[in-house]
Amino acid sequence: MRPTDLTIAGALEALGRRALSAEELTRAHLEAIEALNPRLNALITVTAEQALAQARESDARRTRGEARPLDGIPLAIKDLFCTAGVRTTAASRILHNFVPPYESTVTAQLRRDGAVFLGKANLDEFAMGSSNLTSAFGPVENPWSRRNDPETRLVPGGSSGGSAAAVAARMALGATGTDTGGSIRQPAAFCGIVGIKPTYGRCSRYGIVAFASSLDQAGPFARTVEDCAILLRSMSGHDPKDSTSAEVPVPDFAAACRRGVRGLRIGVPKEYRLDGMPAEIEALWRQGLEWLRAEGAEPVEISLPHTQYALPTYYIVAPAEASSNLARYDGVRYGLRVAAPDSDLRDMYERTRAAGFGQEVKRRIMIGTYVLSAGYYEAYYLKAQKVRALIARDFERAWERVDAILTPATPSAAFAMGERTDDPVTMYLNDVFTVTANLAGLPGLAVPAGLDAEGLPLGLQVIGRPFDEETVFAVGAALERAADFKALPRVRAGA
Amino acid sequence: MSLDTATVRRVAALARIRLEEAEVARLQAELNGILGWIEQLRSVDTEGVEPMAGGAPRGGPTRMPMREDVVTEGNIRELILANAPDREGDFFAVPKVVE
Repeated sequence: MRPTDLTIAGALEALGRRALSAEELTRAHLEAIEALNPRLNALITVTAEQALAQARESDARRTRGEARPLDGIPLAIKDLFCTAGVRTTAASRILHNFVPPYESTVTAQLRRDGAVFLGKANLDEFAMGSSNLTSAFGPVENPWSRRNDPETRLVPGGSSGGSAAAVAARMALGATGTDTGGSIRQPAAFCGIVGIKPTYGRCSRYGIVAFASSLDQAGPFARTVEDCAILLRSMSGHDPKDSTSAEVPVPDFAAACRRGVRGLRIGVPKEYRLDGMPAEIEALWRQGLEWLRAEGAEPVEISLPHTQYALPTYYIVAPAEASSNLARYDGVRYGLRVAAPDSDLRDMYERTRAAGFGQEVKRRIMIGTYVLSAGYYEAYYLKAQKVRALIARDFERAWERVDAILTPATPSAAFAMGERTDDPVTMYLNDVFTVTANLAGLPGLAVPAGLDAEGLPLGLQVIGRPFDEETVFAVGAALERAADFKALPRVRAGA
Repeated sequence: MSLDTATVRRVAALARIRLEEAEVARLQAELNGILGWIEQLRSVDTEGVEPMAGGAPRGGPTRMPMREDVVTEGNIRELILANAPDREGDFFAVPKVVE
C-alpha cells in the first residue's frame, strides 16, 4: 500500500513496527504535494524542510523508545492557526506577510504529540465562506469531479477547503480546520472525508485567528472516523490562555468508535426536511437511519422548531463578532499598510483595510458594524442573541428524548466554481444543516455515506450532547462501517 | 428597513473601510439583500427570553477559570516589533495624528 493511502491508525501501526519511517512517510506526502498542489492549490505555504526535520526527529524518538501518540504523522494545518516562525495569512492580503512569534495551543499540542507539519492549508479569507473562493491566494479545486463532466472544476467547500482537499487528495493523512458555521463539516462532506467540530470549549482558541469568538471551534479532518478521534484527543483540553476552553477531562475518543449504537435513541428533526432538497439526499438520510436501526439504535422523530431562524441569527451574531475582532487589522503593528504620501492616521486605516480585505470580508464587517451601531443594537444583535437562546433550548429539550441527532451534512453535493456566487445569501444557505450546532455550542461530525447520481460524495451529520463527542464518534463509526464508502476522488496521489 | 447610500457611507466610515464611489451602489444592494433576509427574525416571539451571550452550551462546566493576576511573559520587544510595517527605535511608527 502507498504510504499516502494509509489511515493515521494504520500509519502509526506501520511506524511502530518499523515497516516505514516517518521520513519516508513525510517524503511521500511532500511528493504528492509537489505533484498535486499546483493544480489543487490546497496549501498556501509548504514547509518541506521543516517537515523533513520534524520527521527525522520523530524517527530518532521512536528509535529511543520514546514515541508519542502521533509520532511521525504528516498533517496540513489550516492557515488560520498561528505557527511560530511560519507565515500565517488567514488567506487575506492584510496578513500576507505575517509571521507569528507564537504558536497556537492546538498546533503546539499536535507538535507535543509528535505530528509533522507539511504546510499551511488554504481557506476562505478569515474563514468567511463556504466555497474557498474568497481566498486572496486563489481558489482551491475539489479533487472530486462529476462522473460525466470531469472538466468542470468544483469547489471543495469552505472555509477549510484546502484542509479537506489536501486530505481527500492524499497530500496529508489529516488536517486541522476551524468551524464557525459549518467550515469543517461542509468541506468534509464535499470532499468525501470525515470532519468533526467538537463542543464549544473542547479545544483552545488561543492562537487561532479569530472570526466569531462565540462560534469558532477547531477540529480535525481525516479519512476515517477513528483517525479524527485520534487527532481530536491531541487537539483537546483546557488551556489557561483561553478562558472559554473547558476544564473537562479528555476521553479516549478512538475507543468510543468501537462502542456500537445498540440502545441509542437517534433523533430525526422534522424541520431538516427542506422543500426542494435533492431526493438522493433525503434517501441517504433514510438509509443512514436504517443502518443505525439495523445496529440496534432506535430512530425517534423530534422537533427543533427554531431551525429556520438559525441562518439569519448566525448572519447577525457572526458578522457582529467579526467586525469587532477584525478591528485589530489597522496597518500599525503587523500585516499590510497602505498609505498615500499625505495620509493621516485615519486615512491610512481606511486605505489599509480597503486594500487588505476582500469583498466578502468587507460585507461582513459592514453588516456587523451596522447591527452593533447605536439605535440598531437591540433590534438586531440582542434579538439574535435571544433567538440563539431559543435554538439552544430546542436542542436541550431534544436531549430529554434522544442521545444523538442524525441529519444530512449539506443540502447539495459540491457545486462548480462560478455557481452560486451572484448572491451572498444563496451561498450562505450551504450551512443550513451545520450552523445550528455552532449556535448551540454542540459537537457535530460529518461522515461520507454515499455518492450522488454524478458520482460526488454526500455526507451525513451526527450532532451530540455537549461534551459527548464519544457518542458522536460511536454513531459516526457505525455509519462508516455500514456505508463502506470506498469511492476515490479523480485527483489524488498515485492516481 | 433599507439602507440608503448615506448610511452605507457612514457604516464604512465607522468600520474604517475606504469606499470608492463606484462601490457604493453595489454594496448598498448586497447589504440590503442580507438585511432583508435577516428581517424574518422579527417574527420570532422572544418575550422573556434571556439572550445567549458566548458559545458555551448549558450542561457543560459553568465555572470560568481564573488564573493568578501575574505577568506570564515579557521582555520580547523585538518579537513584538518584528512584524511592524514601520518602526522608529522601539516604537511602532504611524502617519501624523495631529497637526
